[in-house]
Amino acid sequence: MKAVGQLSPGKWYNFRLKATPYTFLTPYFCLVCVFFIYPFINAIILAFYQTNGPKSKIFVGLGNFAFVLTDPDFHTALKNTTVYAVFSIFLQLPLSLSLALLLNAGKDKLKGFFRLVIFSPNLVGQIFVGVLFTVLFVPRYGLFNRFIHSLLYWGLENQWLQNPDLVMPAIILASLWIYVGFNMIYFLAGLQAVDKSLVEAAKIDGAGPFRVFWNVTVPAIKPVATFVVVMSTIGSYQLFELPYALLQNQGGFGPANAGMTIVGYLYNNAFNSGDLGLGAAIGWILALIIFTISIAQIRISGTLREGT
Amino acid sequence: MNRLHYFLLSLATIFVILYLRSPRRPRIAFIYLRYVVLILVGWVVLSPFIWLICSAFKDQTVLMKYTFLPPVSEWSTETLNLQSFKTLFEGEETLQGKVYFWQYIFNSLFLATALVTIQLFFSSLGGYALAKYNFRAKKFVMFFMLGSMMIPPIIFLAPVYRLIVAVGWVNTYKALLVPGAVSVFGMFLFRQAMVGIPNDLIEAARVDGCSEFMIYLRLIMPLVRPMSGAFCLVTFLYSWNNFLGPQIFIHTQGKLTLPVILSQYVSVYDFKYGVFLAGTLLAIIPPAILFFSLQREFISGLSSGAIKG
Repeated sequence: MKAVGQLSPGKWYNFRLKATPYTFLTPYFCLVCVFFIYPFINAIILAFYQTNGPKSKIFVGLGNFAFVLTDPDFHTALKNTTVYAVFSIFLQLPLSLSLALLLNAGKDKLKGFFRLVIFSPNLVGQIFVGVLFTVLFVPRYGLFNRFIHSLLYWGLENQWLQNPDLVMPAIILASLWIYVGFNMIYFLAGLQAVDKSLVEAAKIDGAGPFRVFWNVTVPAIKPVATFVVVMSTIGSYQLFELPYALLQNQGGFGPANAGMTIVGYLYNNAFNSGDLGLGAAIGWILALIIFTISIAQIRISGTLREGT
Repeated sequence: MNRLHYFLLSLATIFVILYLRSPRRPRIAFIYLRYVVLILVGWVVLSPFIWLICSAFKDQTVLMKYTFLPPVSEWSTETLNLQSFKTLFEGEETLQGKVYFWQYIFNSLFLATALVTIQLFFSSLGGYALAKYNFRAKKFVMFFMLGSMMIPPIIFLAPVYRLIVAVGWVNTYKALLVPGAVSVFGMFLFRQAMVGIPNDLIEAARVDGCSEFMIYLRLIMPLVRPMSGAFCLVTFLYSWNNFLGPQIFIHTQGKLTLPVILSQYVSVYDFKYGVFLAGTLLAIIPPAILFFSLQREFISGLSSGAIKG
């Protein structure tokens, strides 16, 4: 075979070269068909059925969607998730950006060290963070309660996970610990794109540090900022594991469902109650919410090309 | 006023003094401020870890008495011991017989290693096909892949669960390994890393009679080793921290992974915090080891993804 191939490198060789990429992509094609296209179509069909466990199936038309949109639990979940997303954008991202700016302000060996330290909570999965923070938030004795008490003389007895008003703040605080460092890495990468000569020129022209930041740094990191905002919104709307682990002793969703997220609501309906049809419908509603918000964000930032 | 207040106040006073010494050129004052803020932030970020390590070794009776470790004068086997670890590894009676904590660590390690191996192979192979071959469907495939990444994976949860039940994979690791065998994100990552490899190199190997697969295995893969390292770490972390998959698909106690079992331990051991904290400590050690050996590749890989998109 080989000798023939070498003597006439025509048809066989060409065929082989043409077929190779398809061969290499075969695993992907197979998996995409079975675990992407088929479930995708199935998810559309399933959303119109009520199921009880994986076996039985009753057609209910738009009943699932009607049920979800009028369900008070869904309203709670939507509210909680939105609160979480708003705080991730307006509290977490500014913190990430300021830390990135602070790290970027000097060039030294410690920069790498602090970057590593602040990023390190990302190694710990949301479930483990949840388990860890259930004890950090223990009233009177938990590390977090002790810390804020010695700082502010307030909150020693706060029942973060038992008091419905404090559940969302607890989730936001725990997620701050994880994601501030994660987004900081992206902002640091974005700050590499800032033109140093432009900064120097602005300084020579007499611009103060705030003018430099606003007129030189901000335009340069806009694409990365858009990327981070969109990604963190998408991530926020799919929050599930952190509150679920954090509220394990409160049934997974907290008192009065104060820690229920949309994915938690989906999980509860699809796997605790066993209605996969309803689960599929909730999935579509969530996908629609995420899609709408991300498109809006990309439009607002006006960097459709560079941003994504 | 307590010690923390005095400490913060004195840090602020030093800043004011440094600033007042040369208000026109407050360079030193700002360098000082930068370090102070970074160290404080670093301390806040690290303190849960330090606290976790301390708690795992403290005795149950004094766990909540001291914030971190008890004062040195009170160190003894009654305050600091391995009791939490002992309880953790004692094993528990389940319907399928006695299960030891080792089992969950092993399961998690096995699943993560298997997934890393499978994904590394298939994703880099796919990425190579997209990077270095021209074929008719290429544009369509790339476009399709990009589109598929936009869809939130959560909508597949219900239908994939039905599918897994239908093929009888519930309670097997196939349910966790097969659907994720090829990562679209990984294919893009590898394509990006491989596009820059000169075509002449591949042509030369071809002329020498190297088969296409061997070119990929022997020539291309060694060239993208840094990217492979970063990718392995991401995949390992994903599998190690994956909760929803095992939670939904695995029912037998002895087959569960660390995230699932630790989330259960919160209620099982209720007020015996030490036990599940010891478990959590053990659960974050393997990713930490891997991360510190690969962190350079990882962070550069992450950021390059951000810029190129």
